[in-house]
Amino acid sequence: MAFEYEKYLRPGKLPHIWCPGCGHGIVMKGLIRAMDTLKLKKEETALVSGIGCASRLPGYIDCCTLHTAHGRAAAFATGVKLAKPEMNVILVGGDGDGTAIGGNHFIHACRRNINMTYIIMNNYIYGMTGGQFSPCTPTGHKASTTPYGNPDPGFDIAKLAIGAGATFVARGTAFHANQIDKLIVEAIQHKGFSVVEILDDCPTTYGRRNKYKSVIEMMNRLKEVAVPVKAAEKMTAEQLQGKVLTGVLYKDETKPEYTAEYAKVIERATAAK
Amino acid sequence: MSKKVAFLQGNEAAAHGALYAGCNFFGGYPITPSTEVAEVMSIELPKIGGKFIQMEDEIGAMAAILGASLAGSKVLTSTSGPGLSLKQELIGYGCIAEIPCVVYNVMRGGPSTGMPTGPSQSDVMCAKWGTHGDHPAICLTPASVQETYEEVIRAFNLSEKYRTPVMVMPDEIVAHMRERIVFPEQGEIEVVPRKSPTVPPEQYKPYDTSFGDVPPLAAFGSGYKFHVTGLNKMQDGFPTTKAEIVQAEEERQVRKVDANIDDIVTFEEYLLDDVEVLVVAYGSTSRSARYAVNIAREQGIKAGMFRIKTFWPFPDKQIKALAGRVKGIVIPEMNLGMCSLELERCAQGKAPVLGIFRVDGEPINPDQILDKIKEVK
Repeated sequence: MAFEYEKYLRPGKLPHIWCPGCGHGIVMKGLIRAMDTLKLKKEETALVSGIGCASRLPGYIDCCTLHTAHGRAAAFATGVKLAKPEMNVILVGGDGDGTAIGGNHFIHACRRNINMTYIIMNNYIYGMTGGQFSPCTPTGHKASTTPYGNPDPGFDIAKLAIGAGATFVARGTAFHANQIDKLIVEAIQHKGFSVVEILDDCPTTYGRRNKYKSVIEMMNRLKEVAVPVKAAEKMTAEQLQGKVLTGVLYKDETKPEYTAEYAKVIERATAAK
Repeated sequence: MSKKVAFLQGNEAAAHGALYAGCNFFGGYPITPSTEVAEVMSIELPKIGGKFIQMEDEIGAMAAILGASLAGSKVLTSTSGPGLSLKQELIGYGCIAEIPCVVYNVMRGGPSTGMPTGPSQSDVMCAKWGTHGDHPAICLTPASVQETYEEVIRAFNLSEKYRTPVMVMPDEIVAHMRERIVFPEQGEIEVVPRKSPTVPPEQYKPYDTSFGDVPPLAAFGSGYKFHVTGLNKMQDGFPTTKAEIVQAEEERQVRKVDANIDDIVTFEEYLLDDVEVLVVAYGSTSRSARYAVNIAREQGIKAGMFRIKTFWPFPDKQIKALAGRVKGIVIPEMNLGMCSLELERCAQGKAPVLGIFRVDGEPINPDQILDKIKEVK
């Protein structure tokens, strides 16, 4: 029987704003399947986003949704989670929103290891504003503001998250649709700050400037570059050249979680009283 | 039973006022000269099961309190000039999404880093015009430690009643001086609760104007599901660009304050019955002004003071009425003439406005004000 996505979608809010060929819808379906697998109660789940194409996702999903300002999702979400630690708090957004203007909030959410899940749809570009380069645009690539090729080196979001202290980091792609919900399920189940990067595509503002002839070609690229972490263990450095690891890249279950630590602060303060 | 008395700094009083008002979430970032508020809250909040978080930056602090407020907390942040500039982005978010919160801003010299430990009153325009777009503004300017305590409580009440950010802006002198404070008993000062929805979750709309200009606000995690955005929105909280809806919603947001000016605006009238020379003052400057008015009276000048307690909305009506019956208005302020322009606007040429403007980090002393009072012919 086909999965009933409708039960998690808000009636009357579709069609979504995303262009044909955009992978954000694939990610949204993955998130919905994950919410269903975990039987997350809608009224006890907050979906928080910043600004950009990917950040429009919460509007379509039937739960407590907070579409904040550019880059601020992690900071708003931290307030929601600390105020109500019993809520499931999930963040969604794009690469520009999360790693440029929101970079500071992102790394500090990682550092605190606060029990939230952050799904970053990385399409290497600022799509909503028309295709300016982001901190994830590969060097040399074209964007509306890098007409001669991007001189900037890009971020590796997963490495950034691990370095900053996130305790669950995974990567998937919009091509590997069936893996997305599994990664998100594991991320939500993890007690701590979890990051799921989904390599995505933006045919409209990135693909056409970088000689991708079709969405299929962009999707095939995602298929070709992705190497599951298990498979990578048996590959040589040469074979891994130009590849991107997918799956659960990092997991640490020993680092204390922030809201649990704050509960201890309350205990100590109450005892001192 | 005698009341509890303490010798406190304005910033400490602000923190205790917030706790009296039921504040249970503080998000902040260290900044001189307001940090004591954060320090007191970090001690007191966990004792009552409340939450204190020091965020990674000023914007993050503002974001955290807005998120916590949506989750049902009563929230406070404290900052000073440079932090206020940063917070403006999300103060605007609080205005359009209509999220109650209190922003306590100690006014120090500016612009930019300016004089971190010097007093100033140069953020009063930033309180109204700092964030972009049309929006409501409420800003309180206390003049003593006791008043800081009480005005922080009032700020919480106004933010809940009108579902909008409220600012409390003492100058650095009020924030850092120590005075005797008498704590009110529990229940002595009214604490206004948030207007919660009366409809079941499936009928709830976060901006439902059938309940008036201030729609009830449900909390995340309380059984209600709804959408919040910084985009112009419809009554159900979802974005719209429909001209007539945007126009109506924008007007309603501003009207929440504009139509209730008499409920919000507070002031003190000092020796105004027969006043000929009107001194208008706010914050610590009003203390020098009161002294100057007293000396002027001793010297036979019919001086009086109108002390602004609520800077925004501005007491237009009161100033207009007074301007029609005085020879001149003297305004001492620690900036280069911000309130002065508002007074000129309200006076409509009926009385000259004479300013004493200091931005050197020194308080305005009574002699300066007295000299200016004597200039009024």
